[in-house]
Amino acid sequence: MTMAQMPVRPTEPAPPVPAAHRRGRAVRRRRREDLAGYVFLSPWLLGLLGITAIPMLLSLYLSFTDYSPLIPVTEANWIGLENYRRMFTADPQYWHAVRVTATFALIAVPLKLAAALGVALLLNKAMRGIAAFRGLFYLPSLLGGSVAVAIVWRSMFNGDGAVNSFLSLFGIEGKAWVNDPTWALPTLMLLAIWQFGAPMVIFLAGLKQVPIELYEAASVDGASAWRRFVHITLPMLSPVIFFNLVLETIHGFQGFTSAFVLSNGTGGPVDSTLMYTLRLYNAGFVELNMGYASAMAWVFLVVIGTITVLLFSTGRFWVHYSDSEAK
Amino acid sequence: MRSKVRLLALIVILAVVLYPLVWMVGTSFKSPEEIASNIGLFPTEFTPGNFAEGWQKFDVAFGRFFLNSAMVAVLTVLGNTLSCLLAAYALGRLRFRLRGVWFAVMIGTLLLPGHVLIIPQYILFRTLGWVGGEWPYLPLLVPHFLATEAFFVFLMVQFMRGIPRELDEAAVIDGASPYGVFRHVVLPLSRPALVTTAIFSFIWTWNDFFRQLVYLSDLKDYTAPVALTLFIDSTSESSVGPMFAMSLLSLVPVFLFFVAFQRLLVEGINTSGLKG
Repeated sequence: MTMAQMPVRPTEPAPPVPAAHRRGRAVRRRRREDLAGYVFLSPWLLGLLGITAIPMLLSLYLSFTDYSPLIPVTEANWIGLENYRRMFTADPQYWHAVRVTATFALIAVPLKLAAALGVALLLNKAMRGIAAFRGLFYLPSLLGGSVAVAIVWRSMFNGDGAVNSFLSLFGIEGKAWVNDPTWALPTLMLLAIWQFGAPMVIFLAGLKQVPIELYEAASVDGASAWRRFVHITLPMLSPVIFFNLVLETIHGFQGFTSAFVLSNGTGGPVDSTLMYTLRLYNAGFVELNMGYASAMAWVFLVVIGTITVLLFSTGRFWVHYSDSEAK
Repeated sequence: MRSKVRLLALIVILAVVLYPLVWMVGTSFKSPEEIASNIGLFPTEFTPGNFAEGWQKFDVAFGRFFLNSAMVAVLTVLGNTLSCLLAAYALGRLRFRLRGVWFAVMIGTLLLPGHVLIIPQYILFRTLGWVGGEWPYLPLLVPHFLATEAFFVFLMVQFMRGIPRELDEAAVIDGASPYGVFRHVVLPLSRPALVTTAIFSFIWTWNDFFRQLVYLSDLKDYTAPVALTLFIDSTSESSVGPMFAMSLLSLVPVFLFFVAFQRLLVEGINTSGLKG
């Protein structure tokens, strides 16, 4: 039913209402809205409590125990900071996972954003077929997170995969990229970079917002294309760059599917693709050491939170908000 | 001249980007001999044999895995749209006590990585007897009926804030309760946000792997992504074709969504920064 179909009361003049009554009615209406607010919010509140808050506290508790799913939670032994001690001082695999994840985020995220910005700049011209290009570049972002694409990637970078067939045309003999400790992680990164379409679309929208007069004025002043890019495009685009950077960094830390499929769940060869989430999964669900995995999860949460806060605090120095969009 | 160079660059990049997908399609239709010998993109002879073989590869037919995936995705879409809509109406349109606090909490959960909660949630659901129980999909579905996907709540709050307040006020003067305003004003006008939520819910759930890997342990309950990983274990040369064929099939629904809703998907990530 639309507004037009709604029952409308006859518009007779309302009798004058004493002030006290009016206030009473306002209070009643407020109470009614209070109640309605919580009625509508109740599923979310239940989820917040049961699916998010309580499990979070439970995992904090478990991180101080030796809990494994083979015993009831109540029988888990309190072992203090032992899990954390082991993680930081006695588990080389842990530090390996940290290093792999950090490398992945530090290299793949900037490259992905650079690819996204580069292609967005190429597309930022009135040109026929632009929508088709934009859509097709975006397609990998929709499909890329799936197991299916990771499987294809794995085969493509195999010893006898398509990449090596292509290289052999130039007389280059490739290797089994996914099975090589040096090249497995770059292969994984390439899969992430391949999905540059989503940030590209956001860049394109940002580029459309840059006032054309700025470029015209700069051209009149004799600024080269490169100077226009550095002094107009980049600063005007910085809020969008910032947005993409935050999103992609957080996303990058959590890569699981592709690492799992490319290494068949091991994070190999020799732990070279052992992303943090994969180590966490293996600790909890393969080694059944859920107390330890909970500790890993909490450190992960704190680190991601810290990085987000850091990104936001550096944003103040390089993100330029023009007046129209100032917060 | 300049624009020709630009166009050429775009075409080259596009060719590289689309290569893996085209190669996947081509390989799916190659016979085992051709997979080993023909390094070209397409087979000299298109053979559907890989599809038949992949379909029957495991003790449970692949159709079952696709049905399981579809059921999980459809129910997730239902849960997400419904529960996030209710939460968004409260947080975006109603004035009630502590609303600001709850809104801040919702924003806080936006960036909460799902991996942090997987272990305690697993324990919780196991304690409730839901893991490996009669119907093992409860742990996958129930959270979506409780609006735990804060992204969609946020998306809808943003959308609802764009609906003119005067409409609410007019309805209230006409005697509508908050429920009436929801039913007759906000709900019909929120259609675009609901459609965006539904499409992204479907695609994300269809592609999701982590949770399904954790909660599904019985072969007949497997969803398509979990079943696909079974191919990796059998690394023999002959299974490449069937593996590609089933992988290709599993991408078809998302691809169809892409074709049908391309505009909406691209605009969806524009307005909200939704990840694909």
